[in-house]
Amino acid sequence: MALLEIQDLHASVGGHEILKGVNLTLNAGEVHSIMGPNGSGKSTLAQVLARRETYEVTRGRVLFDGKDLLDMQPEEAAREGLFMAFQYPVEIPGIGNAYFLRSALNAIRKHRGQDELDAMDFLPLYKERMKLLEMDDKLMNRAVNEGFSGGEKKRNEILQMTVLEPKLAILDETDSGLDIDALRIVAQGVNAMRSPERAFLVITHYQRLLDYITPDFVHVLVDGKIVRSGGPELALELEDKGYGSAEVDAPEALHA
Amino acid sequence: MSSSVDTIRGLAEQEYKWGFVTDIAEDRAPKGLNEDIIRLISARKQEPEWMLEWRLNALRHWFRMRREEGEPKWANLTIAPIDYQAISYYSAPKQKPQLENLDQVDPEILRTYEKLGIPLTEQKLLAGVAVDAVFDSVSVATTFKGKLAEMGVIFCSFSEAVQKHPELVKKYLGSVVPHTDNFYAALNAAVFTDGSFVYVPKGVRCPMELSTYFRINAAETGQFERTLIVADEGATVSYLEGCTAPIRDENQLHAAVVELVALDNAQIKYSTVQNWYPGDKEGRGGIYNFVTKRGKCLGVNSKISWTQVETGSAITWKYPSCILQGDNSVGEFYSVALTNNRQQADTGTKMIHIGKNTRSTIVSKGISAGYGQNTYRGQVKIMKSATGARNYTQCDSLLIGDRCGAHTFPYIEVRNATARMEHEASTSKIGENQLFYLRQRGLTAEDAVSMIVNGFCKTVFKELPMEFAVEAQKLLGVSLEGSVG
Ligand SMILES: Nc1ncnc2c1ncn2[C@@H]1O[C@H](COP(=O)(O)OP(=O)(O)OP(=O)(O)O)[C@@H](O)[C@H]1O
Ligand SMILES: [Mg+2]
Repeated sequence: MALLEIQDLHASVGGHEILKGVNLTLNAGEVHSIMGPNGSGKSTLAQVLARRETYEVTRGRVLFDGKDLLDMQPEEAAREGLFMAFQYPVEIPGIGNAYFLRSALNAIRKHRGQDELDAMDFLPLYKERMKLLEMDDKLMNRAVNEGFSGGEKKRNEILQMTVLEPKLAILDETDSGLDIDALRIVAQGVNAMRSPERAFLVITHYQRLLDYITPDFVHVLVDGKIVRSGGPELALELEDKGYGSAEVDAPEALHA
Repeated sequence: MSSSVDTIRGLAEQEYKWGFVTDIAEDRAPKGLNEDIIRLISARKQEPEWMLEWRLNALRHWFRMRREEGEPKWANLTIAPIDYQAISYYSAPKQKPQLENLDQVDPEILRTYEKLGIPLTEQKLLAGVAVDAVFDSVSVATTFKGKLAEMGVIFCSFSEAVQKHPELVKKYLGSVVPHTDNFYAALNAAVFTDGSFVYVPKGVRCPMELSTYFRINAAETGQFERTLIVADEGATVSYLEGCTAPIRDENQLHAAVVELVALDNAQIKYSTVQNWYPGDKEGRGGIYNFVTKRGKCLGVNSKISWTQVETGSAITWKYPSCILQGDNSVGEFYSVALTNNRQQADTGTKMIHIGKNTRSTIVSKGISAGYGQNTYRGQVKIMKSATGARNYTQCDSLLIGDRCGAHTFPYIEVRNATARMEHEASTSKIGENQLFYLRQRGLTAEDAVSMIVNGFCKTVFKELPMEFAVEAQKLLGVSLEGSVG
């Protein structure tokens, strides 16, 4: 059974149809990359999957681990193991990063029938993952994303992913805004998480991320539809020729 | 708050409380307000003549105010008329009926206790369930009282203070909030039945946080409480009032008065958590909490700090203030006020700068949800004499949903050109993006709101004594229930 199965997904925001029939299947253990021009609907797809209410699904079906994802609230999807690294991470003033993350982890653990972790249990885990991402200790107890630099925010998203250990991680342009070193570190974080039980959906504009995280599949989203799919070489081709060339091919064949 | 400390405080208070009950033959005065009722109250409490005169004087003034101007109308509140003659102004504290176990308690109430993290024993006490063993260590209470007495700290009921320390009461009663101050202060001065009295002598640092009532007792605090705290030269005291457990009361009108006096180099910290019954979702019932709280920094280098967390009551009308008379004195006001459903709050502070180099800080966090209306009203007054005075005001409002309201009325009056004033204000809505972010990480919408609100209140909570702060955080979460959905 596929981990994520998207069938003919249509979604609109503010009355505008943005997704116009997306089909996509991810199996556990796979890394898929989605590329596509600005405004083509990549973030929309990510947020629809994460169940953001501002996006209205008008047609289609999504199964996540065999369950109807479109029937879930955002927190239900999260507890079932869906994680989205935000293109624009949000600040939560006054709430410590560690406290926030422990609350989130406990909500998920509780859902799985596991014991909740107290601050003492959580700290070693948190510290270890911070080290993995080479994050400065001074960020440890700062408020969630408050005053973080753009790159620090993105790293913090990956930190959260490594602590929450989702089944499906959707990374929405996690690479943009990262310097070369940060990019390598973030990619390491992702690679350390790759496993046969887990899948990734990596949204990016740049090949340079895919140099580190080699995807199994690359899809091109244009105007709310996947117009082409292929292997890692597709990303290189796009880098070379741009998206214009992608639209020529009929996408359906690649999905069979 | 750790329950053992509370237990001690509770026991210390209980001693006089229960003793007091046995002195009373009758339970309740007839309804209505007139001089005879005042005489009755005073007689029941075996007060000296001067106390009776003081009350009568206040009553006469109240009648005059009522005739001439009535209740204060300037607040941004809608208040149903109050029939002052339909209230019984005196009733002896009664013991609640004892239940056998928690199964007999309303499950709704138990759920709230649980969410607030109130220990089981305290839950039983609060709900009026018989408790054994844990509470009978009278020796602990004696140690507590003994320790305070050793240091010369007086901490007793107001009634006891009138009997045992008349010279102190006479000297300071009404010196900060005179009965002429306002309508409710006049009413309180006439009819107050009890409250607390604290005197910390010269140079003494009070060794423990003083708390008016253990939670269980708080449920029975008077309708017209009167509190007086005096910190003599160089003395320091921290005082806690109220509790997080929801408190129901048959009396709709509560009009308390609190007076604080700090002499040279003295410091008083006064923390309140108020969670009186707010009424139901439609705004039926609920307490009217009309309080006058004021501190006077009488001496040089003195400091008075108010911290309040107001989540209860149908209507809150409250302005804990500081008169900064001594040179270099400091006044602080840290406030969180939350209104949900149909609650209304008009709250804030007054900082009156008289002495040189006086400083004041105001941090107000107003949260409105449901149909709640939340008003910050603050006055900063720099008198001519207050050379070098400074004020910093930060006033933030947070809206949850679009049916509630937040209003800000800062009044600034500066009569000395050397004054330095800073004012920051903001109004924000809980962002859909913040909510979604937290929910995407697995938190429910309700927990997400609670977390965002707690973050918003952080700067105020950190002024509270540690355990109180933890409780206050949980309280906000519970008070916000049903505000999203
Ligand atoms: N809340 C909204 N209201 C109105 N239009 C929206 C909203 N959210 C997205 N859109 C529109 O939907 C389209 C797709 O946006 P989306 O963010 O999914 O693009 P994207 O592929 O992620 O682009 P980028 O590469 O720039 O991140 C855009 O035209 C955008 O303006
Ligand atoms: Mg995007």
